Amino acid sequence: MKQLSRSFGGLRAVDDVSFNVEKNSITAVIGPNGAGKTTLFNLISGALAPDSGEAYIDGRPIHRLPPYRIARHGISRTFQNIKLFPHMTVLENVMIGRHIRSRSGFLSAMLRLPGSRAEEQQIQERSMEILALMGIEGIAGQEAGSLPFGKQRIVEFARALATEPSLLLLDEPAAGLNMYETAQVSELITKIRGRGVTVLVIEHDMSLVMNISDMIVVLSSGKKIAEGLPSDIQKNREVIRVYLGEDNA
Amino acid sequence: MNMKKYTPVFCLIGAAVIFQIITSVLNREFYLTQLTMSAYYCLVILGLTVLMGYAGQISLGHAAFFAMGGYTTAVLTTWNLAAAQEGTLARLVVQLGLSTASTNAYGVEIRHISPWVSLLVALAITVAVAFLIGIPILKLKGHYLAMATLGFGIIVYRIVLGSRIFGEADGISDLPPFRLFGPLYVSGDPALRVQNFYIAAFLVVLAVVLLQNLIDSRMGRALRSIHGSEEAANAMGVNTARYKLHVFVLSAVFACIAGVFLTHFNGGVGPSEADVMKSVTYVAIVAVGGMANLWGALAMGMALNYLSLRGYFGSYDEFVFGGILIVIMLFFPDGLLKKENMRSLTEAAIRMKNKIWKRKNELS
Repeated sequence: MKQLSRSFGGLRAVDDVSFNVEKNSITAVIGPNGAGKTTLFNLISGALAPDSGEAYIDGRPIHRLPPYRIARHGISRTFQNIKLFPHMTVLENVMIGRHIRSRSGFLSAMLRLPGSRAEEQQIQERSMEILALMGIEGIAGQEAGSLPFGKQRIVEFARALATEPSLLLLDEPAAGLNMYETAQVSELITKIRGRGVTVLVIEHDMSLVMNISDMIVVLSSGKKIAEGLPSDIQKNREVIRVYLGEDNA
Repeated sequence: MNMKKYTPVFCLIGAAVIFQIITSVLNREFYLTQLTMSAYYCLVILGLTVLMGYAGQISLGHAAFFAMGGYTTAVLTTWNLAAAQEGTLARLVVQLGLSTASTNAYGVEIRHISPWVSLLVALAITVAVAFLIGIPILKLKGHYLAMATLGFGIIVYRIVLGSRIFGEADGISDLPPFRLFGPLYVSGDPALRVQNFYIAAFLVVLAVVLLQNLIDSRMGRALRSIHGSEEAANAMGVNTARYKLHVFVLSAVFACIAGVFLTHFNGGVGPSEADVMKSVTYVAIVAVGGMANLWGALAMGMALNYLSLRGYFGSYDEFVFGGILIVIMLFFPDGLLKKENMRSLTEAAIRMKNKIWKRKNELS
């Protein structure tokens, strides 16, 4: 589905990384801190522009597009340090996810034309469905900023899912969650894949990674050092070396 | 249609009607003059509320857009076409039917460019300028955006103050009335006070309804999401740069319309309307009204402008609005009239009441 090759920055935060993500798979990106995982996500989602290299989704190039255009190509994401719209309700946050799936502009909104009202109804219904799918319809009316951390992650998930992405980028979805919440997240990711979404996930929690991913890409100092099935990665000497720092492994 | 949503609108209309009846019955219709002026200033404030409170983009240059409206119509409609009849441009204007005749305050009939035409020209200029300066400066955030808009405001102020065509420090006076249609005129004629009050009230009600609809829509959510997190909004497919620009232009249009109408109502316009302190006043009122609160901004806009125009603040006027802004920014950076603040205020009042009760019971 995608062929990626980028180098970036004087620091070479992401250095000539290429890999493919199979449709409807769960691919994990792992690596030590500072390996360039989040930078890689920012390049894919357009938050940062690449110095060189190309990215494609379903054969269409996306590497020169601004983030809002990339979102319209079916790529959605969550953030490592949650970025919800804190003063809006949970439902409103998820409704923003429907933005690219709806059309009314300034004028029709101000005049409340029938088309925009019908659309508004649809946005609301669809968003409630997604909240129900994530099991958080009970907090729809609460202000997002006032929720506990774990709940905020799930709202961010729901918001990303509301865009109906074909590729979902999850940046450390289990960071800061306890074991119970992590299990919940793992279940959600599998559920999302079950709906035909391709998932690319950055995660440090190895048991989560080994459990859910079909493929694993390992980055270290901006370079891809390994790629393969979870069972292979576990045995890979290079990976063990960068993780454990053994000089003579 | 959801009737509950429009209850406050009906209350607003009711309040306007009650004010008018009371002042007429008490033979105090002159109060309506300042209410009318306050209402026009509220148009600027409402537009600015959407820009600042909802989309989170500050502007310290909105007096400039108001002045663009006011000065454009002042320059165009005070151009005496009868005297300039031999000029080609003047003849062309008359032949195209863009002119109209009216009698000035001294009973002399004059021929001038129709205020409808000058309104359209003012809107075109404002939209063009707002787009042109909005594209570069809306890339800035926070203090830097405030500085850039402030700079823009100062430039416009100095241009107005230093140009012969804009009357320099004297401004432009003797504007003809703006005939809307039939017997409806925007004019400072004391005989037309009541209808002018209703024209202004109508525009305010219309603005509130339109902007409230906008806020409750897909677009409004997109604007609020920019305020919440620009990066996340972008990742969700919201074209943040474009929406910021559009809402900036929209609020400029509101300020321009207010400028055109108030200038015809006042019969003149002076450089003080373009003054940076005016912009600060608008921002202060949006802040004290609760930032993201159209109704709060409207209530505060009416009250504070009215008091200011009636001269209650005397020579402390600038001090009052500057002081309001400092206090709000120090203690209520998210705005004063907000649900949370109201709640804590009610709670404090209840605590106070309980204390007094207790004291009373102890005493007796």
